[in-house]
Amino acid sequence: MAAARKSKASPFGQKQTKALMDLLVYIVLSVAGVIFILPFAWMVANSFKDIRGIYQYPPTFIPEVWQFSNYTEAWTMTHFDLGFLNSAFVAAAVVLGQLFTASLAGYSFARLRYPGRDKIFLLYISLMMVPFTVLLIPLYVQMRWFGWISTLQAVIVPFLFTPWGTFMMRQFMVTIPRELEDAARIDGCGFFRTYWLIILPLTKPALATLAIFTFVNTWNSFQWPLIVLGKPKVKTLPLLLASFQNQSGMRTPWHLIMAAATFVVIPVLIAFIVGQKYYVRGIVTSGIKGGG
Amino acid sequence: MTAGAANRISSEKPKRGGIAEIKRAFTGLRRGETIAGYLFLAPNLIGFVVFMLFPILFAFYIMLTDWSLAKEPQFIGLKNFETMVNDRIFWKSLTNSFYYTFIAVPTGIFIAFWLALALNRKMRGIIFFRTVYFLPQITLTVAAATVWRWIYQPEIGLINHLLEMIGIEGPKWIHNTQWAMPAVIIMSNWQGIGFAMLILLAGLQGIPEEYYEAASIDGASGWQRMRFVTLPMLTPALFFVVVTSLIGAFQAFDQFYVLTQGGPAQATTPLTLYIFQNAFSFFKMGYGAALAAVLFVIILIITVIQWQLASRWVIGFDNDDN
Repeated sequence: MAAARKSKASPFGQKQTKALMDLLVYIVLSVAGVIFILPFAWMVANSFKDIRGIYQYPPTFIPEVWQFSNYTEAWTMTHFDLGFLNSAFVAAAVVLGQLFTASLAGYSFARLRYPGRDKIFLLYISLMMVPFTVLLIPLYVQMRWFGWISTLQAVIVPFLFTPWGTFMMRQFMVTIPRELEDAARIDGCGFFRTYWLIILPLTKPALATLAIFTFVNTWNSFQWPLIVLGKPKVKTLPLLLASFQNQSGMRTPWHLIMAAATFVVIPVLIAFIVGQKYYVRGIVTSGIKGGG
Repeated sequence: MTAGAANRISSEKPKRGGIAEIKRAFTGLRRGETIAGYLFLAPNLIGFVVFMLFPILFAFYIMLTDWSLAKEPQFIGLKNFETMVNDRIFWKSLTNSFYYTFIAVPTGIFIAFWLALALNRKMRGIIFFRTVYFLPQITLTVAAATVWRWIYQPEIGLINHLLEMIGIEGPKWIHNTQWAMPAVIIMSNWQGIGFAMLILLAGLQGIPEEYYEAASIDGASGWQRMRFVTLPMLTPALFFVVVTSLIGAFQAFDQFYVLTQGGPAQATTPLTLYIFQNAFSFFKMGYGAALAAVLFVIILIITVIQWQLASRWVIGFDNDDN
């Protein structure tokens, strides 16, 4: 929009008009930025208050008394150490599993020729549209049959397979030039070695995208763990955070809850800031370039 | 999206054949490739069949039963769907789902559109703002809803304090039947706008500069450039955002569960939460599955309508039917 305004004559001249517009846009962007940031800032600021500061009216933004012990207290009260381990283990297992199954299947769909391939692929992309809500009940019954209720398998194993990720891998691998592979095949590489040595290294950007998406989704996942993880021993962080705020007594200890929320949010924020490039690209490619 | 993908698959399709063809694929020269193909697919395919295809088919059976998990399932035909007709809370939750979706999605996209437009200017610091707007999107909904639950507290909450500073007495938000749903919608949009904004921004950046230059040479005003270049060229991105946001909104669960628990007086119980309560609080698996089927059909119908309408307003939309 901006760069194209050329022929317009204006009372100030072009430069001033653009500078004025820029200033206006900055103001709008900053106001919006404050609105987006405020809940985070409020969360962090209040995680350092004491209970008096929390219930003080009118509230102050900066704590009058800084109480750093909130973090250790929240950590022990909610058994976050175990929750952290559970969450980290689940996220790592699901990410690695998905990278493996999705890239292998993606390679199979994109490159190998065999009967039935396209029919299976079509089934994949048509079932991609089924909402997870439909799966909740049958999958829960299945978990009971397997004896997996209140075990971490229940939140790992069903999610090692991703139609969406497979689809993305296939779309990416189709664009890799065939010549590279043919050369490897002529040199006597088998299919697996070709996949491992040639295709995978070239697929790194797509793998990174899938890894970050899956990590964020798994780390944040709530509904399914809520259903299958009943015992405290296996609970992941979002579950602990949700139950923490319900077990309060007379006065809700918001300062501790905010400290707990800060804990849970930080790993994802770090993951996002580190991998922002891949995450943004993932959204853009799966969104606009995904199918066509 | 899907239709485009389906078209692309056929590019290297092997010749069609019957059993003889399949037999040859496993015994002839290409044998190695067929075996490798299925081997590579195997881990994924097994998981897909066990944890997706089977549950979907199984759901069709469950919805026709009365099943508390304690006893064997009783086949009752379509009775669950008959029950729904007279279930007041079902209708309430259905209304809530529509209320939530058709307010949250348009307002969210409207705001995301203007933010994307502002971010599309060539200025310094754009990446910073983009990151800031996107942060809530990757924050887990449980944590976000927790923080907002407190922000919405009538007496000690931040929002009512800020409102009071400008002389407005704030409502009771999540404790009031009228205001609870708007409260959830505000929080959801705060969290979800980043996604729509990013897609729309990518769409804006994909519009060739020459189009604007050509429009300027023809003497188009800023408004006309917006009306005749930006908006039409952005329709594919808008279409995608509308479709995915509608699907996502009907499936929203976490924010309702944490922020309001569906209350007060079911004012914020959407269909997803009612399904959850039936299946996992009242242990009515059959009824829950039937409700889930209704949700699926609603999503399906709305998506199909979107695809049908798309050829009327989305530029370059190749609808297979037309």
